[in-house]
Amino acid sequence: MNEEQPIISVRGLKNCFGDQVIHDDLDLDVRRGEIIGVVGGSGTGKSVLMRSIIGLQQPDAGDVHVFGQAMLTADEKCLQSVRKRWGIMFQGAALFSTLTVAENVQVPLREFYPRLSEKLLNEIAAFKIVMVGLPANAGPKYPAELSGGMKKRAGIARALALDPELLFLDEPTAGLDPIGAAAFDELTVELRDQLGLTVFIITHDLDTLYTICDRVAVLADRKVVAVGTIPELLALDHEWIQEYFRGPRGRAAEEAVEAAEAEAGAPTDAQSGNGKA
Amino acid sequence: MSSVARFTEGSEGGQRILRFEGDLTLSKLGVLPTRLERLRGTGFVLDLAGVERMDTIGAWLIHRTVRERGGQVVGAAPGPALLLRRMEEVDQPVKVRPDPPSPFVRVLDQLGAATSEAGRTLVGLLAFFGAMLVSTGRVIREPRRFRLNAVVQRFEVVGVHAFAIIGLMSFLVGIVIAQQGAVQLRQFGAEVFTVNLIGRSSIKELGVLMTAIMVAGRSGSSFAAQLGSMKLAEEVDAMRTIGVSPMEALVLPRVFATVMMMPLLGFYAAVVAIIGGAVFCWVGLDIPPVTFVQRIREVVPITDLYQLLIKAPFFGLIIAMAGCFQGMQVEGSAEEVGLRTTTAVVQGIFLVIVLDAFFAVFFTELGWL
Repeated sequence: MNEEQPIISVRGLKNCFGDQVIHDDLDLDVRRGEIIGVVGGSGTGKSVLMRSIIGLQQPDAGDVHVFGQAMLTADEKCLQSVRKRWGIMFQGAALFSTLTVAENVQVPLREFYPRLSEKLLNEIAAFKIVMVGLPANAGPKYPAELSGGMKKRAGIARALALDPELLFLDEPTAGLDPIGAAAFDELTVELRDQLGLTVFIITHDLDTLYTICDRVAVLADRKVVAVGTIPELLALDHEWIQEYFRGPRGRAAEEAVEAAEAEAGAPTDAQSGNGKA
Repeated sequence: MSSVARFTEGSEGGQRILRFEGDLTLSKLGVLPTRLERLRGTGFVLDLAGVERMDTIGAWLIHRTVRERGGQVVGAAPGPALLLRRMEEVDQPVKVRPDPPSPFVRVLDQLGAATSEAGRTLVGLLAFFGAMLVSTGRVIREPRRFRLNAVVQRFEVVGVHAFAIIGLMSFLVGIVIAQQGAVQLRQFGAEVFTVNLIGRSSIKELGVLMTAIMVAGRSGSSFAAQLGSMKLAEEVDAMRTIGVSPMEALVLPRVFATVMMMPLLGFYAAVVAIIGGAVFCWVGLDIPPVTFVQRIREVVPITDLYQLLIKAPFFGLIIAMAGCFQGMQVEGSAEEVGLRTTTAVVQGIFLVIVLDAFFAVFFTELGWL
């Protein structure tokens, strides 16, 4: 596949619930290897956008391409081959409650690669669990025994089971304490750098946006009003964007990043915003 | 562009070399893991120069081979080399499933857990009943605390909405009793006693028992589910902090409504069952409705009706109490709402049947045969 081709491409997307129009003529491109953050006020359809891309929501109009494959017209076989190449972490982690964490990680492997030996499956589950920063004793635990942060890590371990090229995260840091959220941000960057992932994050966490996102897409007025690095967005004269990033919380996050940069003596990778690791 | 992962064995200067080629990625692995596991001997040189791409699973296979067989990796590009180093860091023993306890211990454990759970439920139910009585006492002392609107709304849900299904069920049960009874009684030439069978069994037992089962399934379960999800959403806690007693606002209206509705529904069910039986007698046995009604009046003593009317409120009390009690026990996860709802129905029906047995003995002793 052409490296320059966007990994996700959404064109003219329209979603309605009854009379309520959520998206109208929405366009969005996600480049290979970037961490893109999607922000927007409550009810602007961030999750609906993600669900449209991953095929859980049938849009009323528009085109969605993932890995160059048209998602809305594809048959089940094509969809399966796309599903092999992405991983999704839902907001509540959506772990299967009757399986242990390790068994959860094995589910996609068993589904797509039924010929893997039991020994290898167990080893893969083991190193994935350690890789996302869970303690080794979390493997045989059931989801109900885990804290919120651990559940999210287990969810990301399952999303990474197949070594996907594309990772969707729905509000990964929501409900985590600041330390846990920062650690999760670090994990996301680490995974992107090591595995060459493209990451699509829905978030409200300004710290996440400032520290790890290469680009930010802003959902407002039923479409993506702007996509770009945060400095680029700040240069725009859009009321909601200004309010969002210039509000007290936005300024605090910005100052924190500036302070960190001053300490490091150079702009961080995330701030340079060229989208390539 | 991409090709299946493979390796060739060779030897060079007395060292055994494994030359890997292609994509060491999950989708291109093929039989490589099995071949690696079947390798004999130790001390290999793993040459990764021909590897085009590698993911964590490919890296794990290389790492595992090195760890288990000894050897060294050569020719790895920077990316794969980084992944291999990462694999060393994350290589820790992780269990997939909790250790299974020995069967003996497990059986003992389950037996003990079930016993203590049964004891707790019994005590809990009694405590709940007590708390309910206290609340009732308070409502009687201060009648303005009685929530008439809530009760009337429950009347509708528990009673009126159940009319259709209970009617249909009772009608069919009446027909079945009549038909099955007639077949058996015909063998003695006693077909005419079908009327006795229908009248007495419907009024004394079946009407109220079937109604109780239906109400437990419809309302007992919905009480448990409603209160359970309210408990989960912290609505019950919010109520307490505002000073509203959940007992008065949630439990009493439900219990009161069910207690009031059960005799009405039970009576209705018995009458409809008799109508069902009458229809069968008319069509199948040529007993005209007038004769049927006359016979019913002769053979069914009024005490049968008293039994129905006495039993029904108690059944309603038990069903509603089991439902509300289980709902209020919900803690933690949404999964528990489902479990508690099931328990509420099972407990409700079980207790109703136990109580029915007591009533049967009691009424017999009274001479209400």
